[in-house]
Amino acid sequence: MELLNFFNRKPSSGNVAKDRLKLLLIHDRINCSSELLEMMKTDIIKVISKYMDIDEAELDIQIGQTKSEESNGTVPVLYANIPIKNMRKAGNQ
Amino acid sequence: MSEVIVVTSGKGGVGKTTTTANIGTGLALKGHKVVLLDADIGLRNLDVVMGLENRIVYDLVDVVEGHCRVKQALIKDKRYSSLYLLPAAQTRDKNAVSPEQMQKLCDQLREDFDYIIIDCPAGIEQGFKNAIAGADRAIVVTTPEVSAVRDADRIIGLLEASELRNPSLILNRIRMNMVKRGDMMAMEDVVDILAIDLLGVVPDDENIVVSTNRGEPVVTDSSSLAGQAFRNIVERIMGNDIPLMNLDVNEGFMGKIKKLFGIGN
Repeated sequence: MELLNFFNRKPSSGNVAKDRLKLLLIHDRINCSSELLEMMKTDIIKVISKYMDIDEAELDIQIGQTKSEESNGTVPVLYANIPIKNMRKAGNQ
Repeated sequence: MSEVIVVTSGKGGVGKTTTTANIGTGLALKGHKVVLLDADIGLRNLDVVMGLENRIVYDLVDVVEGHCRVKQALIKDKRYSSLYLLPAAQTRDKNAVSPEQMQKLCDQLREDFDYIIIDCPAGIEQGFKNAIAGADRAIVVTTPEVSAVRDADRIIGLLEASELRNPSLILNRIRMNMVKRGDMMAMEDVVDILAIDLLGVVPDDENIVVSTNRGEPVVTDSSSLAGQAFRNIVERIMGNDIPLMNLDVNEGFMGKIKKLFGIGN
């Protein structure tokens, strides 16, 4: 098995479990449903679209975690990856 | 000073009842007066794991409803002089008792016992609320699986919301050979994720099945690894500082060969 892993370079299932669990618990603890996330996404698009032209189809928003700057642990973080198609100047519309 | 300890997990089948039976028996072997309280009304099993299923006359619901006195319902385990069982009712449901009644019962039992160990039903509904109502501290049992740890995390949140702070963790059914080859979450991973104190780690051990078959808790088996793990847990519950046992199993022929050639860890 170890030798197989060595050639496959597939992450071990124990690590897969750990990573899945970490992400799962972030969502569980925040108590943030995918519905809520979707509503947030719609609102963010609305706000940003006022100022710039964004690629709505490619917009990606998710909850993950990052290293805390204050303590040694990790803290949940909201990632938003918003590709811009065209910069418009504020108040142009 | 007596202590009421609830053994809980959220997910079913992770070893709550086995843990309750072994902790209780272990504490009794140390000379403490112990009562095991089965709060899993409708699906009682602690009596079977303890091998006392043929001696039940009255149960928890009979006591709560006043059909008998507490002392009449307590089953004395003849093998260990200071151990008693208060069985759950099998033909009723979880709503047959209320958290207030459980609290009253626990306080009543405090007068006669050093430790009251409660076997909590799976789930987060009424049965869970009843089981934790009278407890001073909680032990959360989990196994190194995504579903079990997730449920444990939920339970820890609910315990803290119910003022049962600082629950401690028992990681059950760990298989060191799988951890070593990376196919099972390690003890450190689970403790890190749940962020609560570790009370003990119990290896997956065939002796558990054998002892459950016989109705004799594995903690009494001096040659079993799981038995040793439970004896250590009992010491820690009593406040003694016992280091975690070495769970490394014989790595087998291939392991030795690999080590010889410096492959793997």
